[in-house]
Amino acid sequence: MVELKLSNKEAYYQQTLENIPSKTPFSEFWRKFKKQKLAFVAFFFVVALILLAFIGPFITPYDITEPDYENVLSGPSAQHWAGTDAYGRDIFSRVLAGTQISLYVGLTSVLLGAIGGTFLGIVAGYYGKRIDSIIMRICDVLLAFPGILLAIGIIAILGPGLGNVIIAVAIFSVPMFARIVRSSTLAVKSTLYIEATKSIGTRPKRIIWKHIFPGTVSSIIVYFTMRIGSAILTAASLSFLGLGAQPPSPEWGAMLSGGRDYLNIAPHVTIFPGIAIFVTVLAFNLLGDGLRDALDPKIKE
Amino acid sequence: MSQTLLEVQNVKKYFPIPSKLFSRKKEVVKAVDGVSFTVNKGETLSIVGESGCGKSTTGRMIMKLLDITEGKVIFEGQDITNMTDDQIRPLRKEFQMVFQDPYASLNPRLTIKEILEEPLIVHDFNKENRSQRVTELLEVVGLNKYHADRYPHEFSGGQRQRIGIARALAVNPKLIIADEPVSALDVSIQSQVLNLMKDLQEEFGLTYVFIAHDLSVVEHISDRVGVMYLGRLVELATRDELFGKPLHPYTKALLSAVPIPDPTIKRERIILKGDIPSPASPPSGCTFHTRCPFAQETCKIQVPEFRELEPGHYVACHYAEELETI
Repeated sequence: MVELKLSNKEAYYQQTLENIPSKTPFSEFWRKFKKQKLAFVAFFFVVALILLAFIGPFITPYDITEPDYENVLSGPSAQHWAGTDAYGRDIFSRVLAGTQISLYVGLTSVLLGAIGGTFLGIVAGYYGKRIDSIIMRICDVLLAFPGILLAIGIIAILGPGLGNVIIAVAIFSVPMFARIVRSSTLAVKSTLYIEATKSIGTRPKRIIWKHIFPGTVSSIIVYFTMRIGSAILTAASLSFLGLGAQPPSPEWGAMLSGGRDYLNIAPHVTIFPGIAIFVTVLAFNLLGDGLRDALDPKIKE
Repeated sequence: MSQTLLEVQNVKKYFPIPSKLFSRKKEVVKAVDGVSFTVNKGETLSIVGESGCGKSTTGRMIMKLLDITEGKVIFEGQDITNMTDDQIRPLRKEFQMVFQDPYASLNPRLTIKEILEEPLIVHDFNKENRSQRVTELLEVVGLNKYHADRYPHEFSGGQRQRIGIARALAVNPKLIIADEPVSALDVSIQSQVLNLMKDLQEEFGLTYVFIAHDLSVVEHISDRVGVMYLGRLVELATRDELFGKPLHPYTKALLSAVPIPDPTIKRERIILKGDIPSPASPPSGCTFHTRCPFAQETCKIQVPEFRELEPGHYVACHYAEELETI
């Protein structure tokens, strides 16, 4: 009875179905992401940066800590592409080696913040009521501090050093992630398919892992990418203030700090690490923008 | 007489209206205000009414997706009203739901296979047989196994609703609550899905509670029909009784609004005036009196009893007997 009513079109559809590639969510995303030219370029730049972070320290043309008093504060030249600093160290080599530090700090701190924030956000959004109020009010308090001030406060308690910078940046990333994840949790939670799942009798743990969490992933990825840029910036600022990486570490912020006394006579000492920070942060932000446009379900055509 | 599968006793659902700042008054929306009916094994009971009359809320209360403010829901002799989620989980195998919107009721991030496997996993179905069961389910609803690895957005509305039905069937339930399962579909697809549901009922001995607002759909599928107005059942009878001899003025009005595909037939139409009143402040007495063409003084004061006027034919109207002739 039912079979008869299936039209020829449907029969044709069934026959050809085996040959049509399935449109997975990922292939859809990739198709849209490729259209974002600027973000696509930023994506390759970020990939190159990550590669550089791994091999950077091994391909530096000069030793990054050995002073060379013959070539103090010399400008860019064929030998030293980005010039040398107050100790005669090759700035290009140091910027190259510093990539690893900046990316490491940026990635780990945001990763820690994202894990903590996602957990809190999902718990707050899914269970609601009192636990939601408690978590979100604590986040409000944390967000009331300017980020850098909070980080300085945390470092004041924990003591200076790169490890503590990671912790500080992670802590002030948590409330933002918690907020974003909570709002997407609320959005997913109110959908009909969650109600359908509940009507089957699915346990909360499975609902969260199988339905809610995957629904929040896209906003987490977008914010994660954007956050890396600002985390790198904050880490550099802290190092610039002498609270993060200590000299002679080739951390970009620390290099800026080391060069600021010579701004008038040798601006290249600060310009090159400055450019490195700028370009890296810009690349992560552009990538984040592109990801948002590609992942946002609202602009699905 | 056949066995009772589901019994709904005087259930109510009041949604509190968030109180305004500085206002102490606690107001409620009486979405469902005392509905009782029984569903027998193997039959299809339809619940019809305008949008906002509480028919979907009733369905969701039976599914325990909403807490019940008052009253009882008894499934196979067990009172499920106050059961916790853990207590009710094993019972959920027995009653499943098909949702109105086939686009929103399937998680767009999961493949059809994952969607259909979910009830099997939740109810600890044998792991080896799961994919075989998925294939089986797809065939039962007129799809085939090549559809299993695809995502919901690759299907049409009718196909998606078939998947929704397959999901509800996965754990061999006895009762299916279908909340307007065809109202989001094209008319041509509606009949396909309705016939499928009828076939499935015969094949698996299913019992349906069919929530709808389309009377022609209801006439096609139901054994008994309940009519709801503003949170209450106003009439409940077998299909032939209700369509042939409606007793409540609201039912009469609804039926007179069904178009007849024959321009030569003239008939008296009862046209209701005004809108459905707000369930936050329902009218006194009989809630229908504001729109009823036959309303008397008594109707404004006294709430009519939901009484059995003829065997199996319940109606909530003071003057049902007198109106019978109209």
